[in-house]
Amino acid sequence: MKADTAIEVRNLVTHYGDRAILKDISFSIPKGKTTVILGGSGCGKSTLLKHLIGLLKPTSGNIFINDRDIALMDETALNDMRKKIGILFQGAALLNSLTIAENVALPIREHTKLEKSTVDIMVRMKLDLVNLSGFEHFYPAQLSGGMKKRAGIARAMALDPEILYFDEPSAGLDPVTAAGLDELIIKLRDVFRMTIVVVTHELPSVFMIADHVIMLDAGNVLFSGPLAELTASDHPKIRRFLERKAEEESENPEDYLKIIAGE
Amino acid sequence: MLLSKTVHDVARLINETFHWSCIAPLKGKPVRIKATVTEMVRTGYNSIPIVSVISFFVGIILALQAAYQLKRFGALIYVANLVGVSITRELGPILTAIIVSGRSGSAFAAEIGSMKAAEEIDALTSMGINPIRFLVVPKLFALMIMLPALTVVSDFIGIFGGFALSVTLLELHPQSYIQQTLDALLVKDIMTGLIKAWAFGIGITIVGAYQGFQVRGGAEEVGQRTTASVVASIFLVIVFDLFFTTLFYYFT
Ligand SMILES: Nc1ncnc2c1ncn2[C@@H]1O[C@H](COP(=O)(O)OP(=O)(O)OP(=O)(O)O)[C@@H](O)[C@H]1O
Ligand SMILES: [Mg+2]
Repeated sequence: MKADTAIEVRNLVTHYGDRAILKDISFSIPKGKTTVILGGSGCGKSTLLKHLIGLLKPTSGNIFINDRDIALMDETALNDMRKKIGILFQGAALLNSLTIAENVALPIREHTKLEKSTVDIMVRMKLDLVNLSGFEHFYPAQLSGGMKKRAGIARAMALDPEILYFDEPSAGLDPVTAAGLDELIIKLRDVFRMTIVVVTHELPSVFMIADHVIMLDAGNVLFSGPLAELTASDHPKIRRFLERKAEEESENPEDYLKIIAGE
Repeated sequence: MLLSKTVHDVARLINETFHWSCIAPLKGKPVRIKATVTEMVRTGYNSIPIVSVISFFVGIILALQAAYQLKRFGALIYVANLVGVSITRELGPILTAIIVSGRSGSAFAAEIGSMKAAEEIDALTSMGINPIRFLVVPKLFALMIMLPALTVVSDFIGIFGGFALSVTLLELHPQSYIQQTLDALLVKDIMTGLIKAWAFGIGITIVGAYQGFQVRGGAEEVGQRTTASVVASIFLVIVFDLFFTTLFYYFT
């Protein structure tokens, strides 16, 4: 593994039951940069992130983080690794029985022995970073979708991790808030030197934040490289994605009739 | 196939629960005391009214049923023995366990199940927090403490129900009823009841947690699993009861 690589995935294969989701994919994610994962809905991006934090075990393949294969780690070693990684889930996944402040404080309380007053200050700082000051005592059910996402980001950053995963951070946010989030991601990379992996569909955001891009298609890696190479690519699928064109119609009207008739 | 998977999953859950409740605390990973107290209030303290009312009624019913037979032999005072012994050895623990299965076993399944559906369990794991330690262990300790405690309440109120009926409708003398009860009850009877209650507490927690963790889909499956947890834990309570009663019959 090269020194400037944070995460390296080799020949990763994964299944849900008998269904193959990721089919033998390999790529590496550079350290201290922002990597964006692109790909059509249902192509396995969230599944990939869950592998990168050890929630799912691959059918075969290796995932190296800091030169250690997390696919082979036991639970204790994995938990040590997870303290250095923060993740925002696609649905935010805040604990509904806890307030926003308690959610953000949870990893700090579990993994450090800091005084309550110190924890409170840390929590307020994280919430301020995502513009949620004043909502400390709200429960997740009392927040909007975008606010939950931002609270989830604050929780992911609670322990100042080395690596951050964001699963569609700006989906469902207004353009202004989404742009604010992009700025935050840039700041985290530049100021805190974090390695950031973002799954997103928002093209403006991709051009703002991405240093490196990985594009998945039907369980395979279609593209992996710097952003400039992606925009220069003339692969038809990549062009369609970047120009927001629909899949080309492959069926003629008669076939279409057959499909909707269920034949 | 399905059975072997169930056995495997249950065994794993029991194994992990045992690890996080008995072994890990010795290695500096303590049980979450505050969460345990919260669960004790929810599962135990809040069940006192319903356990009391049901035990009181069952005490009355038991006394009436006993009197129906005993008055033919002119041995009405033995109502006290029958009520005292059957409540402490059998009905106190089992009534309490069935009420707690319905109230708390189902709540465990619903809580864990909806957390599973909303990826909250995944979120816990991703933060390096073991969901068994975080969620199941406090519930286990709460029920291991509160089920015997509720059983003591049930024993007292049940016997009081029998007493209340006997001194009014059956016109037994209060003092002699109390004396008769005290003479009939052995420490052994009460203890075996409490041991059963403790075991029921473990069974109810494991069933509720197992059903919760089995949720894969959404809200509707949470409902199914909740129902299944009540049915399964009542069944398990009866099986445990059969086992322990047989054991105590031969070995005490
Ligand atoms: N728990 C699961 N059990 C079975 N199949 C699943 C499960 N989760 C996801 N899948 C399947 O795996 C595939 C990839 O899902 P995934 O959530 O990773 O997609 P995604 O790329 O994140 O899509 P989106 O952009 O819509 O979030 C989907 O086809 C889905 O049907
Ligand atoms: Mg997804």
